[in-house]
Amino acid sequence: MTAVTNDMPIAPAAVTDARKAGNWLLIACIVLLCVWVLLPIYLLLVNALSSPAQVTGFPKRITPSFDFGSLSFFLNFQGVGKALWNSVVVALLTMVLSIGIGAPAGYALSRFDFPGKQAFRFLVLMTRAFPLPLLALPLAVLFIRTGLDDTAFGLAIVHTTLSLPFAVLITFSLFSGIPVELEEAAWTLGCNRWQAFRKVVLPLALPGIAASAVFAFTISWNEVFAAAVLTIENRTLTAFLLQSINVSPLYLKFAGGAALVVPALIFIFAVRKYLFAMWGIANR
Amino acid sequence: MAEIQIKGVAKRFGAFTALHQIDLTIADQEFMVLLGASGCGKTTLLRIIAGLETPSDGEVWIGGRRVDHLPPRERGIAMVFQNYAVFPHLTVYENIAFGLRMQKKPQPEVDQRVKRTAELMHIEQLLQRYSGQLSGGQRQRVAVARALAMEPDVILMDEPLSNLDALLRLEMRAELKGVLAHSRTTAIYVTHDQVEAMSLADRIAVMHQGRIVQAASPVEVYRNPAARFVGSFIGNPPMNFLPAKKSGEEQFIVAGSTLKGPKASGDIEFAIRPEDMDVGPGGIPATVRVVEPLGAHTLITTDVDGKIFRVVLDSNAEAKTGDRLSLVPRADRIRWFDPQSTSAIQ
Repeated sequence: MTAVTNDMPIAPAAVTDARKAGNWLLIACIVLLCVWVLLPIYLLLVNALSSPAQVTGFPKRITPSFDFGSLSFFLNFQGVGKALWNSVVVALLTMVLSIGIGAPAGYALSRFDFPGKQAFRFLVLMTRAFPLPLLALPLAVLFIRTGLDDTAFGLAIVHTTLSLPFAVLITFSLFSGIPVELEEAAWTLGCNRWQAFRKVVLPLALPGIAASAVFAFTISWNEVFAAAVLTIENRTLTAFLLQSINVSPLYLKFAGGAALVVPALIFIFAVRKYLFAMWGIANR
Repeated sequence: MAEIQIKGVAKRFGAFTALHQIDLTIADQEFMVLLGASGCGKTTLLRIIAGLETPSDGEVWIGGRRVDHLPPRERGIAMVFQNYAVFPHLTVYENIAFGLRMQKKPQPEVDQRVKRTAELMHIEQLLQRYSGQLSGGQRQRVAVARALAMEPDVILMDEPLSNLDALLRLEMRAELKGVLAHSRTTAIYVTHDQVEAMSLADRIAVMHQGRIVQAASPVEVYRNPAARFVGSFIGNPPMNFLPAKKSGEEQFIVAGSTLKGPKASGDIEFAIRPEDMDVGPGGIPATVRVVEPLGAHTLITTDVDGKIFRVVLDSNAEAKTGDRLSLVPRADRIRWFDPQSTSAIQ
């Protein structure tokens, strides 16, 4: 008996040590990942919110001075306003196109059995497997022939192909989460298929659809390759910055970077719950 | 007025036949229960009547109108689902009003009908709540109220009580029977629970492997099973079966004792309910295996010729494992089945 009682504290102590070490490792990993992501964003913001003299001067500041000189110079820079407007237009068009096409596809995948359903789901994902640079040249040729080159709509079509898989998969999981009995109940209560969708399914799916729309917006907002290849006069902000940033002063680069990163960050943060849902991570 | 006629309805899913040529007539205001084990096709039949499934063959008539080509909303039906299907984004009030709003009823009438059905189902204090704030039993009440508010010709229920706990199920069962009798609608109710079926039904349609084996009153189904399956499925414990060897004109030997039977050309099967036997001289010799006193009576599992044979005796009966009993079947309660077709012999 005494032997047992003497042994008792020893074994748990070893276990506790191992658990402690594990905890430290976990915390270290988390800190490393956070620094990896947050440090560049932090430096970007500090410099974007500092005056041009502070950005180029030494020692570097750790806190921003909230001088909006860089940002206002950037916003008044020749062509920035137009590029910003182009970005918004293309992103909005992308959003409308990907929800308009993606949501019905997601609904069909979740509600109907049709031949080739599995193949279709696979193909939706496969569209992401083609590297854009590979497609850029034939697309540019095609767009020039059809007159879609250098237009917001042409670029929005390309961005839609990029965001469509996400729109389809997010809405698919959304609609699958809504029991089909709710729709059937609506049918027996006097709805036709469209009314049941509008009165029952849509109100339940709307937050998720909005999230998926915002995600499409962000994809388009961040996309640079197709934008740079397919537009010349009507450049989006990313393409504009890519073109002009090499020849710009340092503080302008920071201001431009912040103008790109911050809206995307806010949007992704707002819809994070639905992105987690799509990737199968429980968030509650 | 809504009589339902099902004429030669069949349903095939690819190579699998879920329903074979179903013919069934349900009278106006009748409470019909479709009873069967899972996978017997009872829910499929209900969904065909509702219009949520299209039959591969056959016709469905409701109130003298052929409806099998009509969508659910044009059939004059309302349905209660197994998982309630209460709309989570609407209040209880708007859930009950949903069908009436689709019919574009004026607000005063909607209000009056919602309040009346809510009162009938005892949920008038929940009208402003959402489905997420309700218990399972309350959700079920909302689902029934929503169906009743439509004042349908036919109300269809798909295992509406199976998600409730035992006590609540008992309470809702009695209430449902009262409310539906009062509403004078024709009702079709799907269940796998034989006690539920017996207690609710005017008539039970027992289904097995996509066929209706027997459609009759609960007592008739219990006393005079049309087929061996009905006898073995209904009743707890179920009917006992023993082979009966033909020994002469209307004479059969069952486990050593000779009984008078029906006219038959060869060997048949003898069947008796466990409660239809007494202990007495000259009966079927049985060896007691298990004795289970249940209070009102005692369930004794015995062995007759190596087959399990159950008997329900008065709780005064003294028997213990290993005893040999002589069980005398009551002559008027003996049933006979054809071993080939498995149907009853009169």
